[in-house]
This record gives sequence, C-alpha cells and structure tokens, in this order.
Amino acid sequence: MKRFARLFTRLDQTTKTTAKVDALADYFGAAPEADRLWTIALLSGRRPRRGVTTTLLRRWAAERAGLPLWLFEESYPIVGDLAETIALILPDAQSESDESLAYWIGYTKELGPLPEEEKRVRVLAAWDRLGTTERFVFNKLITGGFRMGVSQKLMTRALARATGIDEAELSHRLMGDWSPDSTSFEALILTHDPSADLSKPYPFYLAYQLDDGPEGLSDPADWSAEHKWDGIRGQLILRGGRHFLWSRGEELMTDRFPELAAAGDFVPDGTVLDGEVLAWADEAPMSFNALQKRIGRKTVPKKLLTEAPVVLRAYDLLEHEGRDIRDRPFAERRALLQGMLSACPPEANLRLSPLLEFDDWDRLAALRETSRQLGAEGVMLKRLDSPYLSGRKKGDWWKWKVDPLTVDAVLIYAQQGSGRRANLFTDFTFAAWDGEDLVPFTKAYSGLTDAEFRQITAWVRRNTLQRFGPVRQVKPQHVFEIAFEGIQESPRHKSGIALRFPRMARWRHDKPLAEANTMDDLRALLAAYG
Amino acid sequence: MTREPVLTFTERGIYCPAGDFYIDPWRPVDRALITHGHADHARDGMGRYLATHAAGPVMRHRLGDIALETVAYGEVRRIGDASVSFHPAGHVPGSAQIRVEVGGEVWVASGDYKTTPDGLSEAFEPVRCHAFITESTFGLPVFKWKPQDEVVAEINEWWRTNREAGRTSFIGAYSLGKAQRVLASLDASIGPILTHGAVENTNAVMRAQGITLPDTVRVTPDLDAKAHAGAMVIAPPSALGSNWSRRFGAASTGFASGWMALRGIRRRRSGDRGFVMSDHADWDELNRAIAETGAERIFVTHGYTAIFARWLNEQGYDAAVVETEYEGESLDAEAEAEPSEANVSAEDEGKVDPNEAVATKPASKSKSPKKNKNTSGDAGE
Ligand SMILES: [Zn+2]
Ligand SMILES: [Zn+2]
Repeated sequence: MKRFARLFTRLDQTTKTTAKVDALADYFGAAPEADRLWTIALLSGRRPRRGVTTTLLRRWAAERAGLPLWLFEESYPIVGDLAETIALILPDAQSESDESLAYWIGYTKELGPLPEEEKRVRVLAAWDRLGTTERFVFNKLITGGFRMGVSQKLMTRALARATGIDEAELSHRLMGDWSPDSTSFEALILTHDPSADLSKPYPFYLAYQLDDGPEGLSDPADWSAEHKWDGIRGQLILRGGRHFLWSRGEELMTDRFPELAAAGDFVPDGTVLDGEVLAWADEAPMSFNALQKRIGRKTVPKKLLTEAPVVLRAYDLLEHEGRDIRDRPFAERRALLQGMLSACPPEANLRLSPLLEFDDWDRLAALRETSRQLGAEGVMLKRLDSPYLSGRKKGDWWKWKVDPLTVDAVLIYAQQGSGRRANLFTDFTFAAWDGEDLVPFTKAYSGLTDAEFRQITAWVRRNTLQRFGPVRQVKPQHVFEIAFEGIQESPRHKSGIALRFPRMARWRHDKPLAEANTMDDLRALLAAYG
Repeated sequence: MTREPVLTFTERGIYCPAGDFYIDPWRPVDRALITHGHADHARDGMGRYLATHAAGPVMRHRLGDIALETVAYGEVRRIGDASVSFHPAGHVPGSAQIRVEVGGEVWVASGDYKTTPDGLSEAFEPVRCHAFITESTFGLPVFKWKPQDEVVAEINEWWRTNREAGRTSFIGAYSLGKAQRVLASLDASIGPILTHGAVENTNAVMRAQGITLPDTVRVTPDLDAKAHAGAMVIAPPSALGSNWSRRFGAASTGFASGWMALRGIRRRRSGDRGFVMSDHADWDELNRAIAETGAERIFVTHGYTAIFARWLNEQGYDAAVVETEYEGESLDAEAEAEPSEANVSAEDEGKVDPNEAVATKPASKSKSPKKNKNTSGDAGE
C-alpha cells in the first residue's frame, strides 16, 4: 500500500502528462503483479464493491476522532471529499503496515458480509495502521469513485512503456468485462487470446471539436458529413449468436436497451456497429428528455418501452463477417454499412445515419443550421479515406456543433464551491426580468477563469444582502451571458423552464442590469427549441 | 450597576469605551491599536496608531508617513481608564495580541496568531484573560499541521530535484511573513535565491530592523533569467503564471499555505506542489490556545466562525461570532495590498484590483430589483 500511496502522491503532485506517465511506468515496472492488475482495474473504473456504507464510515471516523458527528458533517462539504475528510480528521496512526494494495483490497472486500460491529472493529484497526495518504486510498477503496487524475489512455501509455506491448493492442486487451478476480496480470496483459471474450468492444474513436468552421480543412470532396445525433454513443456487437451494447464509458448497457436484441435477427453474426442510441418515434428522434428516462435504469418497465423506445442510429462498421475492418477507409466501411442496413426492416431497430449532400462548405454550413430542429447538435465531418482510430485523435473526425443558445442573466445568489474550489464562490443562481421582478431560472458553475472566480468571490463577500444557510443573496448588479445547449419545460422549477448544460460564457461588464433578458425572451426560446 | 464591556464590536472595528480607542479598525478612527501589519488589520486613514516596535517598520513601509507610536512587548500603557499591553502572537514578526484591562477585567484581542514557533516571529505567549477574541481561519478539525521541519525538508528536496533537472523553482507566498519564513527555511547551499520586488521590499525592511535572512537577489526587469537556471524564486501568489514569471523558462511551481492541506485547493491552484505552511493556528493550536487563556467568553472574528463557535459552546465556553472585516489566509491577490512602488511596475506585480472591474454601476432604470419576490425559495434547491 505504501508503494501505491507513493504513486498516488506522485500523480497528485504534478499536472504534467509526461511526469504522470513516468510515475506510472515506474510503478508498473516494480509493483507486484497483483498490485499492478488492481491498479489497472482502479484506473479503468473497475473497483471492488462497497462493503460499508458511508453513513457508518462517517460515524466511526467522528467517534475515533472524539468529535461530534455534526462537526464532521460540517467539515465534509468544505473538504469536498469524504475519504479525504476521514483521513484528515483521524488521529495519527499507532503503527505501520507493509501489506500490499491487493492485501488491502482483499481486506475491504471481506468486510461486506460481516455484522456491523465486526466491520467497525476492522475498519478502525485499518485506520490505526495507515498513514494519511494510505488511509485516504483505503477510504477511497471502500467508498468508490476513485479518481487519480489519470485517464485510461495515459495509464495505457505507461503500461505500454513498462511491458513493451503496443499501446493500441493494450487498449483492446483492457476493454471488456474483466475484473482482477476473474483474471490475472499474466492472462489479461501478457498472454491474451482475443477470441476468448466475445463481448470485447473496440476502443471508440472520438472526434475533435471544430471551433473555426471547416474552411481550414482540405477540399470538401475529401469529406463526408452527417448530423451529430444527441443520444448515447454505443457500440453494438453481434458475435456468437449474442449481442452486446457498450457505452463510450465502457459500460455494458445491453440489458438497458432490450430493443437492440432484434438486430441479431437481421444482421449477420460477426458484425460490430458504431452509432448513437436514440429515443425514437415516427421515424424521428425524440427529445433528449425522453432518452434521459431510460438512462440509469438497469431494467426497463414495459411502459417506458412504449413511451420512449430506442433505436441505434448507426454510422460506422468496425467488424464485418468476423473481421476487424477498422483500417479500411471510411468510404468503404460506410458502403458496407449502407448495404447491410438497407436490407433491414424497421423491426431491426437499426437506422442508418443519413449523409448530408454538399459541394462546398457554405452548403454544409446551411445544413448545420437545421440541426437543432432535427434534434441534432450539429454536424460530424469524417475524412473519406480515414481509418477508424482509437481515442481522441486530431485530423480525421471533427464535430462542428451549432452555436449554443445564450441569454444575458442577472446574478442573484452565490454559494461557495467545494473541494477544488472550497474557498471561492462558484455556484451561482441567475435570474431574468419578469416585469419589475427578477425570477431565478438557472444555476451555473463553470465557464469563468480562476481569476474571474476570485474577482467575483471578493465582490460577493462585500455585497451580500442576506444569507440562507450556505447561500448568499447578493446585490443584483452583474450580468452574465449564459450559454446552454437546450431548453425544456420543467414544472419542477418556479420559472417553468430548465436549461441543458448551462454555463457562464462571459461576464458582461458592459451590460447594464436593465438590459438582461426577460422571462418572455426565455419563453420565446422554449417555443422555438423546446 | 451594569458595567460596560471592556471591548465592543462596532461598525468601525473593535472598540474600547473606557479608553476611547479601536483595535484593528477597518474605517478611519482617531486612535487605532494595531495587532500586525497585514492589510486587513493595519489600514490607512487613522488619526494615530499604536503598535509594537517590531511591527512599526513594516507599517511605515506599507502605510507611509503615519502618526505611529510603538511600544515594547509587555510594556503597559494607560489610555483613558484602560491599561493596554502587547504580547507576542507568533503570526508574523512584530505581531501582537492586545491585552486590555479595565477595572480588573481583562480582554485580549489576538488578531491573527499561531502557537508553533516559526523561527522568525516572536513566539506566541498565552495571556490569561476573562474574554478572548480569536480568529478561526483554520477552525476545522481537518486542519492539523505537520511538524514544520518535515515541510522544510520537502521544500528543499523539491528545490534540489528541480535544480538538478535545470528547472527554476517558484514558491508563491504572501510578501509579509510567509515569504520570509520560506526564505529562512531554505538551504542556501542548494543555489541562488531570487525574490519578487514586493517580497524583497519587505525583506529590506526586516533586515533593517535586525532580522537575519539569507542573501537574495531582487528580480528586476533587466535581470538575466537564463543565468539563474535552477534558482529558487519567491513571489506573491498573484505573480506566478504571469508574464513576470514566464521569462525564467522551465519551472516548477509551489505554494506555501495552510490551504494546501486540502487536495481540492491544491489542485485548483494547478501548481506542481503545495506545501502546508501556515501563519495561522491549526485546529489543535486554536483549542489549546483558547484553553490556556482561562477565558470563559470567546468571540470568534474570522474564518469558520459559526462552526467553531458552536464547537466552543459545546465545550462549555460562552462563545459568539462577531462580524468583522478581517480575512484569513488568502491565497489570492486581494491579501497583497502592497503600496505602489516606484521600482515595481504594475505589470511586474501581476496584480489585479478586484474592485476595479467589479464596480460598474447598474443602469438606473425604474426597474427596482428590491421586489424580486419569489427568489429566495429557489436558491437552495
Ligand atoms: Zn495576518
Ligand atoms: Zn488577518
């Protein structure tokens, strides 16, 4: 555990990618195999089941520190992280531990079935043997949500360096449904048999954002374009008579979208499709709202299946007749895809993402303007001769989103952030004019620079009118441009509307208070885009 | 007969009716007793100032030509019907707790303090009193400082590693107190130490009053940065990441502050390293210091006031929060209210005046925002 805690500290102490890769590669070169495997698992979002509730952990930590529970609860939001709060609040450890990461993971896993008192004894015993960082790690192992500021991509790069195995090959080996309990470092990383796991997806290729329009790209004739659909990216795998649906976050979503089982009846075995899962009615996408009801449900009630049925809008073919065709040009993959899907009836629940016809960029720009009405977020540009790469790589795939919607709104409430931003005011509520009144209609937390957050924090401190717990009502004085991706009716909110992905686009120092937008303006946007 | 309290809390600051003076006032008053030279405690515009001998030079440096009288620690002054004396607060060199006695009742206003010696400041001295006015900048049980020699070793080790890799080390530390404390803890055998103008000006003031600091080189616009590869540079936090610091090429950045105990804040600063070094008391120090005063009444002025006062009440004290305009340990530019200096250009300072951009007046239209009726309900959702 000490070695892993040192790795954690090294990663935490730098913001430089190269230093992080160095630290990880050193670790992979030296740690015992079981620890390496667990580290890979943790860094790719696979973690042991939570064996103790956080309620119990808080109570025990407060007890052990000799503090009332309320004081612990007050400290937690300021620190912003439960595992860290516990690690900081406990008295110094009484002894040390030389056990490995795998040992401590085993220790936390054994807690699950034990009676509460036995759990308490074991957790307190662990805290008494671990230093502050080790304790933090131990608590993270129990509470989950372990983030170390290292992407899977970075981890894979370090592992490639430590093992000498090609990075793309490694990222394929690391995908799929494994856990350190079901495999070993040797089996997973060093001697992997790709046919062993039918469900294994390909790494997704992710597009870069095109900020300045496509004029800088080459000849329009080199490019294919389609709308960028606003759903859930998914990879549908049909192999061995079974089907598997993977999310971009490498989560198996097969059971959440049972509609896609039908694809297997119409598409040959040995097919892997890349596309967007969309809620679908009358041959058109439904609002993202409808799809949202399906997200996060492990099983789907019948009623939802009829209210918000889904299809996969496919736009790429990665495996054809059992062969990986990712290195063939997009145009060729697309032609195969088109041939395959044109033979499918609607019951297959597969739809081809239509191509946009354009001869020049102006025409494409005009088509892009129709995105919002079609329920799309913009257009995707794919180079016709490009292979299907893995991860976010510049050059061949671009997303050209429609400009966000914006309104100018008045800051009326402020609240301190937590964690990373504990001593700054970062959580704001904004209002629009309704006659003489200011009606709050959205919150926003992001978009300002650190310097701007510091500046507004100093202002909030001096211009608080009233406090409601942690929330401060401030003098209505500042106008911010709020950018957002969509607008919906929402009976839950006083204003009757809810914005999608609101953020502060600009601090409008130039805008007088009276010129902020009105509720009527917002209702007009709702009518146009809701 | 009900006696008037020894000290009261007014809109101008902490006031002593028996002596007709204020302690660390934030609005202009005739007579001000000052605990220490930080900008939130020693402000402009007072008729007369009284502070310790050791705090005097920095106050003159910051506030210019003021009517300042200074006293030794422990020396008792009679002001009206009050007896006052200054006692070391251990916060920065020259900092004091101010003891006020009226008719046998003793109150102590402690300003900012820490009880662990830092090697530069006069060591904190507990003062028995009936009522104690305390800060609570780090008044949460998650703040527990490591032994300082461990932090000092971390800083020097980091500098050595950077120097070997040809990188310059930058430490962000506010220019009165923390900067000198970092400076005094450096192992000067590792390499040259450079300082930002704002830090060096304070260094000069302190050296002149007899405080020993390692040799430093002031960073001036014509300094050849390349010739100092691997140096340690100490600057106000606001200067890091500015044009001022860029000319040094490859560099690693660290911040020295109590806030660095929190991982979230460490990451937000996006520096390479955070060193947990504070001039304010941690949780255990606050509790011990309060216990040692023997006071029954505690007033909590700044920091995590509500939480800390509640805790103290549960411990059997009669504790209350008082609103003041003191600030805790700031990581940011606001705390660095330095006088403008001829030899440090505004750009060199890398400083932003938070008041300037914010003070846009709302347009005076008939729309009165006073009546935003259904606002409060939504705020907490
Ligand atoms: Zn201070
Ligand atoms: Zn202060």
